[in-house]
Amino acid sequence: MTRSFQTRIDAEQKIEPKDWMPEKYRQTLIRQISQHAHSEVIGEQPEGNWITRAPSLERKAILLAKVQDEAGHGLYLYAAAETLGITREELIDRLHTGASKYASIFNYPSLTWADVGAIGWLVDSAAIVNQVSLQNTSYGPYARAMVRICKEESFHQRQGYNIMMTLMQGNEQQRAMAQDALDRWWWPSLMMFGPHDGESAHSAQSMKWKIKRRSNDDLRQQYVDQAVQQALAIGLKVPDPALAWNEERGHYDFGDIDWEEFERVIKGNGPCNRQRLAHHVEAHAEGVWVREAMACYDKKRRSRRHDAA
Amino acid sequence: MSDELKLYEVFVRSRRGLDHKHVGSLHADDPEQALEYARDVYTRRSEGVSLWVVAAGDITASQESDCDSFYDPLDDKPYRHAAMYDLPEGIDSL
Ligand SMILES: [Fe+2]
Ligand SMILES: [Fe+2]
Repeated sequence: MTRSFQTRIDAEQKIEPKDWMPEKYRQTLIRQISQHAHSEVIGEQPEGNWITRAPSLERKAILLAKVQDEAGHGLYLYAAAETLGITREELIDRLHTGASKYASIFNYPSLTWADVGAIGWLVDSAAIVNQVSLQNTSYGPYARAMVRICKEESFHQRQGYNIMMTLMQGNEQQRAMAQDALDRWWWPSLMMFGPHDGESAHSAQSMKWKIKRRSNDDLRQQYVDQAVQQALAIGLKVPDPALAWNEERGHYDFGDIDWEEFERVIKGNGPCNRQRLAHHVEAHAEGVWVREAMACYDKKRRSRRHDAA
Repeated sequence: MSDELKLYEVFVRSRRGLDHKHVGSLHADDPEQALEYARDVYTRRSEGVSLWVVAAGDITASQESDCDSFYDPLDDKPYRHAAMYDLPEGIDSL
C-alpha cells in the first residue's frame, strides 16, 4: 500500500480524503494545514489593531476587507484539515495548549500605520510565494484551498504596497515612518520561510510526499528578488548591508538571518507571543454563549420542523 | 412509481485533484441505488474517478431572483480587486 501510495504521488496525482494514506502523511498534513490555518487567524491581530485608527474611511474599508479575507482563509484551511479526521475543537485546543504553532511573524507588534503597509506588502508577499508553490501540493483539499486563497491574496499585497508607496510620496516624516516599518519587518519576513534547507527538520520527507514542492531557501530567494525590486522602485532602502545583485547567479545575495532570534520567537519569547495567544483564548471563551445560542436555536428549529411534518 | 422515487443531484470528479462538478440529476430509491444509476448514466465513458450523489431535497439554494439583495453590498467594493491599485513602472511581480 505504501508503495502504490508513493507511485501515485510520483505520478503527480492528488491524494483525496477517502484514499488510504500513511499515518505519518496524515499527521504531517494535519500539523502543516492547521499551522497554516492558525496563522491566517492569529494574523488578523496585528492588522486588526489598526482598523479603528486607519487614516481614512477608504483605508479603513480596505483593511477591513483584507482582514475579513484572512478569516475566510482560516476557515478554508480548518475545513481542509478536518477532512483528515480531526475536529475543529481539537485544532483550536492544540493552538491554545501550544501543541500547534502559527507563523512567528505575527508575534511582532504593529506600531504605526506604516506597519499595516509593511505587513500587507512583505508578509502577504512572502505568504503568497509559499502558497503559490502549495497549489501543487499532493493533498487535494489543501491544494484546492490554496488555489482559492491565492486568488484572493492578490489585492492584499497590493494594498500594502500602495500604503508604502503613498507614504514614500509624502513628507519627510511619512517617508521615515515607511522606512522604519521596512527596517523592522524585513528580517522577520525572511524568517517566514523557515530554517536553511540543510537544517529543516521535516523537509526531506515532505518533499518526497510532495506536500512541500520547493525548498525553504529556494522560496526565500524568489521573495528577496521580488521584494528588493519593489523596495527600490519606491525609494526604500532594504536594511541589509550584505545585499548585492549577483550577476552570475541572476539573483540577489543577501545577509544571514539572526537564527537566535528566530529560535527565540518560535519558542514563545517574541515581543507579542503571550499577548497573541491570550487574545485568542479570551475571544474563544467570550464566544461560548454565541456557540451555545446557535446550537439552541438549531435544536429548536429542528423540533419545530419535526412538529410541522 | 417514478413519483415515489427521490430526486438526486449528481456530481462527478473528472480527475484526481479537481473539484466535483454538478453534471445532472436522476431518480432513485436510496443513495446506493442513486450512485449505481449515476455510474450508468453519467460515467459510461470514464468521465470521472469519483461520484457524489446528494438528495435534491437536502440542498439549500439561494435564488437568482434574490441576487440583487443577496449580493448588493458586495458590488461597491472595487478595492477587493488588485486591479484598483496602480504600480510604479517596471514592477510586475505584485
Ligand atoms: Fe491569507
Ligand atoms: Fe493575505
